Amino acid sequence: MAEYHLHTPLNEETARMLRAGDLVLLSGTIYTARDAAHKRLMELLHRGEPLPFPLEGAVLYYVGPTPAPPGRPIGSAGPTTSYRMDAYAPQLYALGVRATIGKGRRNQAVRDALAHYGGVYFGATGGAGALLSRCITNAQVIAFEDLGPEAVRQLEVHEFPVLVINDSVGGELYVQPDRAAARIG
Amino acid sequence: MRIIEPERITHAVATMCVHACRVLPADVRTALERALAEETHPAGRAILSQLVDNYRLAEEQGLPLCQDTGLAVFFVEMGADVHVPGGIRAAIEAGVRQGYDEGLLRKSACHPLTRCNTGDNTPAIIHLEHVPGDGLRIAFMAKGGGSENMSRVTMLAPAQGWEGVRRFVVERVAEAGPNPCPPVVVGVGIGGTFELAARLAKQALLRTLDDTHPDPTIAALEAELLHDINALGIGPMGLGGRTTALGVKIALHPCHIASLPVAVNIQCHSARHEEVRL
Repeated sequence: MAEYHLHTPLNEETARMLRAGDLVLLSGTIYTARDAAHKRLMELLHRGEPLPFPLEGAVLYYVGPTPAPPGRPIGSAGPTTSYRMDAYAPQLYALGVRATIGKGRRNQAVRDALAHYGGVYFGATGGAGALLSRCITNAQVIAFEDLGPEAVRQLEVHEFPVLVINDSVGGELYVQPDRAAARIG
Repeated sequence: MRIIEPERITHAVATMCVHACRVLPADVRTALERALAEETHPAGRAILSQLVDNYRLAEEQGLPLCQDTGLAVFFVEMGADVHVPGGIRAAIEAGVRQGYDEGLLRKSACHPLTRCNTGDNTPAIIHLEHVPGDGLRIAFMAKGGGSENMSRVTMLAPAQGWEGVRRFVVERVAEAGPNPCPPVVVGVGIGGTFELAARLAKQALLRTLDDTHPDPTIAALEAELLHDINALGIGPMGLGGRTTALGVKIALHPCHIASLPVAVNIQCHSARHEEVRL
């Protein structure tokens, strides 16, 4: 398990180099999108209209932050559960998204997309929103402002800590529950 | 008849919403710190250490512990001799509106089908119970969506008994895996009806982690469930370790002779709840 300091955008070679369990300190520009924003992004794609940010090499962060206090770029900003975006993720990886950040398991279609297109799924610590917000140096709403907490934001991050949960060679960091030990096997 | 002015309730609720979302209850802090001291898995330890740093920072900086400041859930015990002009529900809703706005908390309530945000985190979910006397007790829980999504209700056959209940609860936590932000607190409602079991499971989450169920038989069942859940080895954020749950709380109610309703309400480690008595 290695430690990397990476800068966005990420290229395919970098994504394919990462392995489940690696710690990545991410710097640069990332984009937020969660449930409602993903639906809108898909509608734009369906109509053949441009998206609000470049997909090539992009890192998407599944987050809906709290409002920014005075003098700070953003409020609390930890990850939301990722499986709800599984329906959209393979298409976005196909279009150049290189990484997503969230928490919790992804389905087989997403894991296949990581292998096929050369992508990675990062986990950030759920419920550590205050702590993680310290790594966000700037935040601007760039699309779907009417969605409030679900609007798409462009974030500048500095050494934002994430773990590689799923890599491009089928590796996964989450442990399988020991059902036998818990007497439900 | 005792009259409680709605403004007093609104102010108390607003204050409680903001405080609960920023300051983790003492019993949860103690449980996280104990888990950190006892956890041997390196990845699990690293996560617990971040969670301790997070609650310290949140309190110090006045930031929400988590960006998901929840739907506002209330359990209210209102004395039969209490009158609130305009109604208790309106007074509580006004407190939620004020607290979530002024406290810079996230408004997470939306229409279930259009997904249009209501804009002020109302309506709140209010469970109101009338009790004898002239007191008013309002318990608040900021219930996040991630852990709520991992919760389930089932209707077991009476023949399945405790073993059926145990398997359902432990299997639910196993299937939820890393999704609900473990270490979790597990509320279990046993008995009643379909909807009452769910309510009991949620209400059980209001008990503090350091309490023991007054019925020693139920206390033993809680300990058994906690042991089995932690034997799963899911660990903090699903990365492995002995700390999958910080506590299991059971609430029971008599049920139909044909039924054995069971509900599991999962609470993430950011177990934010508080109560006020007026």
